[in-house]
Amino acid sequence: MTGGQEGPGQDRPDQDSAARDSAARDQAARGHEQPAAGRGFSRRQLARHATWFGAAVALTVVGGEVTRHVVNDDHGDAATAGVAAAPDLRFVQISDSHLGFHGTANPDVTTSFQRAINQVNALPYRPDFVLHTGDISHLSTPAQFDQAKQMMSGLRTGMVYTVPGEHDSVDDGGRQYLATFGAGTRGQGWYSFDVRGVHFISLVNTFALEALGHLGTDQIDFVRKDVAGLSSDTPIVVFSHIPLFAMYPKWGWGTDDSATVLALLKRFSSVTCLNGHVHQLFTKREGNVTFHSATTTAYPLPHPGQAPAPTPQTLPPGKLAGALGIREVAYHPGNPALTVTDTRLA
Amino acid sequence: MPAGARASDPAAQAPVSGTTVDIRNFAFSPANLTVRVGTTVAWTNRDADAHTVVSTNGPLHSPTLNTGDTYKYTFAKAGSYSYLCSIHPFMVGTVVVTA
Repeated sequence: MTGGQEGPGQDRPDQDSAARDSAARDQAARGHEQPAAGRGFSRRQLARHATWFGAAVALTVVGGEVTRHVVNDDHGDAATAGVAAAPDLRFVQISDSHLGFHGTANPDVTTSFQRAINQVNALPYRPDFVLHTGDISHLSTPAQFDQAKQMMSGLRTGMVYTVPGEHDSVDDGGRQYLATFGAGTRGQGWYSFDVRGVHFISLVNTFALEALGHLGTDQIDFVRKDVAGLSSDTPIVVFSHIPLFAMYPKWGWGTDDSATVLALLKRFSSVTCLNGHVHQLFTKREGNVTFHSATTTAYPLPHPGQAPAPTPQTLPPGKLAGALGIREVAYHPGNPALTVTDTRLA
Repeated sequence: MPAGARASDPAAQAPVSGTTVDIRNFAFSPANLTVRVGTTVAWTNRDADAHTVVSTNGPLHSPTLNTGDTYKYTFAKAGSYSYLCSIHPFMVGTVVVTA
């Protein structure tokens, strides 16, 4: 995702390989889940994927030009629309904006967040929704939440969803967060919804945290009832701030009772978990579940174990934008695997 | 609730006596402190970033400490008090209060 040698993406898959990995996953998943599909059908679908990934990579490489072109044309680029078959569901994940942070790692997180928003608005399609996976604010102040809400109201999308991070519940158990973003949620801010056949579950694992994230029995009961009536071939997407897998428990990068929730989702053929918190890209597959940690719009954190503590990393001049980014997620009916494309800030 | 004081337990890291804890480089220093009942301990944030001092099931609950801010708590009961920074929960510390 970043070309910077010192950037946190150094060991991570770059845009091309991430896309290839996704394509390979898609292909494997399709072969497994749809053995009855004709070879021609599969090949055609794969060709569409390849074309779409090609366009995505081009967008990364020449982000600035594409951005200007699309912004000048409200109806989108006809040529692009022609080669890229529109998936049925597309949304964008942004994360860890830390509005109110002041430090050398990013002296202007507000401008970085605005650039991320502009980049979403410059996509050649209008996402069905935009998801923020937490640490929207740095210190949960009313001013920081108001600013975040105002900025996100400028997103060109159908809906904005959020989950809170631990920075969104500093000193108040999440009251200010819930007052700003909690409308329509259940319990302590969790909720679920459906878009075009995909079931989304937004979880809160930062309100009762100790060293690790924590969901609690009320929330686990919510998930149990929430998925009880769903057919096992319903694609499930789970949002949380802290990873639901043990990415690096020593730094708190895990959730102590996530196994209970994942057990409830074991019968589903496709489960995708999207999280923030770790400020870097990371993908892992465990059984039927694929986990994708997103990067940040604010500042990078070190790779697990490569620093004494997960403290904000100040990169050499010019390298910061390469560590920040947005994530596009697409779902094609009939293909249980979601396509995840991470793009650095242009 | 804090357990009874077991000052004779050899701690994993040698406890330090004193009444102040510095918050520096995203760590509590000293991370393990031993004081007598009735002692007031002061935590001072020496970092550019904000921190808190919170014991999830205990009495410590600082407001957000900006650079230079100090939080004080007087330990009236013996016991072992674990706490963390709720903003950066990988930051953990313990105060052991002896009778």
